Amino acid sequence: MAQQQCHAPSTAAEVLEAVAEAVAGRRGLEIRGGGSKRPLRIPAEPAALLDMRAIAGITDYDPDELVLTARAATPLLEIEAALGERQQMLAFEPFDHGPLFGALPGRATLGGIIAGNVSGSRRLSSGAARDHILGFTAVSGRGEELKGGGAVVKNVTGFDLPKLMAGSWGTLAVLISITMRVLPRPRAETTLLFRGLSDQAAGRLMSAALALPAAVSAAAHLPSSRATAWCATTGLRLEGFGPSVDARCRELLRALAPMGVGEAVAAEESGAFWRGMRTLDVVPREGHLLWRISVPPALGWRVGELLASSDVPYVYDWAGGLVWAAVPETAPRDGGAQVDDAQADGARAIGARIHAIARSLGGHAMLVRAPAALRASLPSAARAASDGDQGLRRLHQRLKAAFDPHGILNPGLDLACEL
Amino acid sequence: MSVRMPAPDPRTLASRARIVAAMRDIVPGEGVIDQFDELAPYESDALTAYAQRPLLVVLPENTAQISAILCWCNEHGVRVVPRGAGTSLSGGALPAQDGIVLGLSRLRRILEIDYDNRIAVVQPGVTNLAVSQAVAARGFYYAPDPSSQIACTIGGNVAENSGGVHCLKYGMTSHNVLGLKVVLMSGEVIELGGKAFDAPGYDLLGLAVGSEGLLGVVSEVTLRLLVKPQAAQAVLLGFAEVESAARCVAEVIAHGIIPAGMEMMDRPAIHAAEDFLGVGYPRDVDALLIVEVDGPQQECSHLMTMVTEIAVRNGASTVRVSGSEDERLRFWAGRKAAFPAIGRISPDYYCIDGTIPRRRLPEMLTRMSGMAARHGLRVANVFHAGDGNLHPLILYDANVPGELERAEAFAADILRTCVAMGGVLTGEHGVGVEKRDLMGEMFNDVDLAHQERIKCVFDPAMLLNPGKVFPNLHRCAELGRMHVHQGMLPFPDIPRF
Repeated sequence: MAQQQCHAPSTAAEVLEAVAEAVAGRRGLEIRGGGSKRPLRIPAEPAALLDMRAIAGITDYDPDELVLTARAATPLLEIEAALGERQQMLAFEPFDHGPLFGALPGRATLGGIIAGNVSGSRRLSSGAARDHILGFTAVSGRGEELKGGGAVVKNVTGFDLPKLMAGSWGTLAVLISITMRVLPRPRAETTLLFRGLSDQAAGRLMSAALALPAAVSAAAHLPSSRATAWCATTGLRLEGFGPSVDARCRELLRALAPMGVGEAVAAEESGAFWRGMRTLDVVPREGHLLWRISVPPALGWRVGELLASSDVPYVYDWAGGLVWAAVPETAPRDGGAQVDDAQADGARAIGARIHAIARSLGGHAMLVRAPAALRASLPSAARAASDGDQGLRRLHQRLKAAFDPHGILNPGLDLACEL
Repeated sequence: MSVRMPAPDPRTLASRARIVAAMRDIVPGEGVIDQFDELAPYESDALTAYAQRPLLVVLPENTAQISAILCWCNEHGVRVVPRGAGTSLSGGALPAQDGIVLGLSRLRRILEIDYDNRIAVVQPGVTNLAVSQAVAARGFYYAPDPSSQIACTIGGNVAENSGGVHCLKYGMTSHNVLGLKVVLMSGEVIELGGKAFDAPGYDLLGLAVGSEGLLGVVSEVTLRLLVKPQAAQAVLLGFAEVESAARCVAEVIAHGIIPAGMEMMDRPAIHAAEDFLGVGYPRDVDALLIVEVDGPQQECSHLMTMVTEIAVRNGASTVRVSGSEDERLRFWAGRKAAFPAIGRISPDYYCIDGTIPRRRLPEMLTRMSGMAARHGLRVANVFHAGDGNLHPLILYDANVPGELERAEAFAADILRTCVAMGGVLTGEHGVGVEKRDLMGEMFNDVDLAHQERIKCVFDPAMLLNPGKVFPNLHRCAELGRMHVHQGMLPFPDIPRF
């Protein structure tokens, strides 16, 4: 394979130049920040690399205004450290995909987090990444620099382009600078742990907890599993000022007592539990395909029920609204790196099953981790081109064409085919 | 009316009878209004300075009818202006002379309440308050609470991405909508989002919320329900100087407190409210803050202690914590009646909506006094202090020749200053026709062209809510070709209507 051509701009002007050049030559550009999520979305067509790592650094942080602006490739670690010093946070609790793909933690960048709309456990109560982006500057696939949104927390001026950028995976524009809404970090936290609940009982417990005025900030359930050693554990996190957390904790334990006996754990253990959800240490990696399944939260337990026969380890976050499922790979017959037909067929079959389960419950599924060879053998579309919402698909294609008429940005990465 | 709208199409005006007949075929019975007198209530929204009688009004009853109406209008090139309750403060529902008004008031059913998933699915004509009322018995509510919530509809809230006094803590409409059914101008019906927390593909849901009726007509909305906090408590804080009040607000945030509401009023607004209702606001202060906290009683007490300490440290001359629910509501009554209170002391007033970084508030008020003198008009200020959203109320008399124009010029000066200070043209009322021609203050031609191309994706013939949001109406074909070199459009002087 020929060596990939590489641009490494260090200013917005150089990004503009690189994109304009690509537009003029009708050549594709693969946009890469920290690369922590790259295996998740590799552009299918040949492209030069646009290495954004030098477009980094916090450019404005005003804790009193609850606003932070940083260049796109600023590492999340740097942003969280700066926020931490002022006891603030990105409330959507983004997680780091790097370790899932065998990379060291800490490579995720703000731009990547926004491009993937990556949100963690607090998404349940505080919204997703898309709910916290206020504004941006970018270079669109037309080779033009544009801005959207603003730098204040309340703004309805014009179309909400910041939300459109969130989750667009770099297919519409190359993000240069991003302004985020930030929030005070809770001064205290505890997690109530309930042991030994079935998936359905845990689902009911989480629903009941969220129907109480306890302001549960995150709710997760780790079922017992043959493949792993853990015993079923359900966690409900309470955060805020100490006296409030104490009062809500007592009230919640009392109200949920008929459904299960909970134990409140101190901040340190609570933190460890949710860090586990953030890095997904709790699901097996080696030899497993990782699927992400998003469904209406009260139906989460049904995903487990429908998957149960496959002996697939899975965990629930977002009170059941998010299921991470680790599907065991069948070992290649010859023990080599090549994918044999049986392996590919097996992966395809379970993939089709997971998509069907997600759809039947009103949700959707995405393959997050798979060996490259196996991933390449799986169809990227969630369903056949003739199914799905054709109207929605056409809108996606026209939107892509409006921002990137020549298909320069992350070529071959087609979000429309996932509908 | 001093705002230029797209020129009416004479062919459409001439074929009115045919359009009426086509609409009657789609919506039988009382659903088509074509009598000149009966069209009067639809000629403006809450921005009454702008009025235009529409060609006719159609009031569909379901998604299928909306789809048939839009499909017919699209095929025949007829403009359509969607309308909820008509409470827009930016002229978002201002009719087109050659267009139909598509009123959604008859779609007012709550279709589903799903407590397990904490959502409600409602039709667009359901009022904001009706949602909260429907779920109150189970201890839930719908958080965004624009001041017009008795009348304004969820469809309108979605179009405008409405806020309210509690949105600092609980978010705007966009943070509280999980799904939409949208009818496109072509008549196609699409579903965006749903009951799950996210959906594949581009965030068209995020794009649709706040699109001011330019992209599609919403026919169903999936809303997120929240559990009502156990208690709420408010404190009245009076300050001799605006600077001290602003410092107090910043310090509350710096201490990690996000109050449920944090409102500020300036001296003219305080006096008007006190003269009107006599709720007990101090008259000898330049700034009044109402800070509300909510949650369990222990949280309220804890936060109230922190807030009052911060206020005293910043020189508050009045500190009154609500001792009962009655008293809390009384504190709010004055603020909520600020608009009618101003209406009592002035024949007309013009409510402005812009956002600035909060720390610039004292400077903004000083500059506003200067502008008031220059334009020869009075101004009173209410202010969502927590998020920097200003609502200056300009007092004028429409019967005095030139006063409306002076009020508009004053408003434009305020909004330009907002942008110059690092803020934005509108925090929650929308651009509509009101701020349309100021969009260039915030966005350059390239920025706007990217937004307008989105309009073209959804409505290539530009028939839906024409003349709103964008200052220059480019044709979609032209936008496709338009290339900008060094920030210069080709032929920048050509009018683009």
